[in-house]
Amino acid sequence: MSIKKFVRSPAKLNRRTFLKAAAVTSSVAAFSACVSKEALEAFLQKEFRDMSKDEIAKTLQRLEAQYTQKYGKKFSVSAKEPIPETLFGYGLDISTCIGCRKCVYGCVGENNQSRDPQVHWIKVLEMEKEKGIDFIHANIYYDHEEVPHEGHFYLPVQCQQCRNPVCVKSCPVGATWAEPDGIVVVDYNWCIGCRCCMAGCPYGARHFNWGKIQLPAEDVNPNTHFLGNRPRYPGVVEKCTFCIQRVREGRYPACVEICPVGARKFGNLLDKDSEIRYILENKRVLILKEELNTQPKFYYFYGT
Amino acid sequence: MKKFWFKPDIITQVFVLLLFFPLLMISNQTSGSGEKAQQSTSKDQMDIQIPPPPFSEDMFPCSECHADLDINLERRELEDFHDDIILKHDEENRWCMDCHDANNRDMLHSASGELIDFKESYKLCGQCHGPKLRDWRAGIHGRRTGNWNGQKEYLLCAHCHNPHTPKFEKMKPETVPKRPGKIK
Repeated sequence: MSIKKFVRSPAKLNRRTFLKAAAVTSSVAAFSACVSKEALEAFLQKEFRDMSKDEIAKTLQRLEAQYTQKYGKKFSVSAKEPIPETLFGYGLDISTCIGCRKCVYGCVGENNQSRDPQVHWIKVLEMEKEKGIDFIHANIYYDHEEVPHEGHFYLPVQCQQCRNPVCVKSCPVGATWAEPDGIVVVDYNWCIGCRCCMAGCPYGARHFNWGKIQLPAEDVNPNTHFLGNRPRYPGVVEKCTFCIQRVREGRYPACVEICPVGARKFGNLLDKDSEIRYILENKRVLILKEELNTQPKFYYFYGT
Repeated sequence: MKKFWFKPDIITQVFVLLLFFPLLMISNQTSGSGEKAQQSTSKDQMDIQIPPPPFSEDMFPCSECHADLDINLERRELEDFHDDIILKHDEENRWCMDCHDANNRDMLHSASGELIDFKESYKLCGQCHGPKLRDWRAGIHGRRTGNWNGQKEYLLCAHCHNPHTPKFEKMKPETVPKRPGKIK
């Protein structure tokens, strides 16, 4: 067989190639004509970790303008970097928590979760004192006149910020990762909504936006972080970020400040004088589902 | 040859070590004391802010009324005034004057009789609740607001616990979350 058969003949403009080229050029022209520059930029936006400083700045600017227009409030979207020498840890006093759910709604307000369909990053589990920590019989839909309810205790669960996070390993596109300060974050523009991370997470800490997000403009929190509480899109996964927009400024997370009984504690695990280190060194501490080797940085303790 | 080269090397090493040993000791000591000094200052200058004590409206200073009243140390049921106070705090063994000072009404006093300002009432509480006071100082007991790496606001024991009936009252929980089936 002669090799000539496989070698293209020198360029020759026949009717077929002309039509092909014409179709391609006209469709590209039509696409760029009907798509705005902004949409094109959003379409070509890289994953956060691959962006240069310049690209990040441009993206933040575009998002700020977009959100400001949508909600009629001056938005700030930050991409503040981790504070060096920090590894965040969280402590929750099970003996003190009364199950009032103030943390749940404090979080919703701070982190711009969708009100309807409802997304809650914190779930407060009610358990029977007799059974101890027992996930199968736990109830998050308890509806009592008053709490704490007789014979029950409460175990709020949110992202455990694992050192060995299953969700990060489950993500097929690398849209979620652990930051150097220990916060597991999601790039909402890179997430494809496959929900593999939700299947992987043993704590049910990841939440999916099933429908059109309803976030009333008067309730929206305009101080946001790119990897945290900026308004999300339908079809992406979101989760607790220890209030990345607050803690990287040095502030406590919203749930810590709102807890009326002071059951929630937060600090730097690398600082030997921090509150969280005091808990680890002086209290009885437990982590959830230890046998799975997820190594959470969210510690439950008995304050009494 | 090799053996010859090897031996002096060890000797020099030992010699050098011996020379520097006292120096090392000194540097260790100084760095140790430096750490201690740092610790004590950081504890002294704890970035703690405490809001003013939660007095009932128009009640403080107590001396405004009590200055003209005779001191009655007799343990009794209160009538006409302060009868809204329910004492449920080791009430069998204690009474007003165990914490409030009879002679200086605007102060509290410890078991040993030392006067304690209302702004430092935690010192009074800590006499019985020592481990709680220790946890409170460390930031583990009680609510904290502010900065995890800087200035924090503490609350006095009395901001959350009514000193006369310290047990927490039950609370109405926030709205029940919607079940997933009800999401439109």
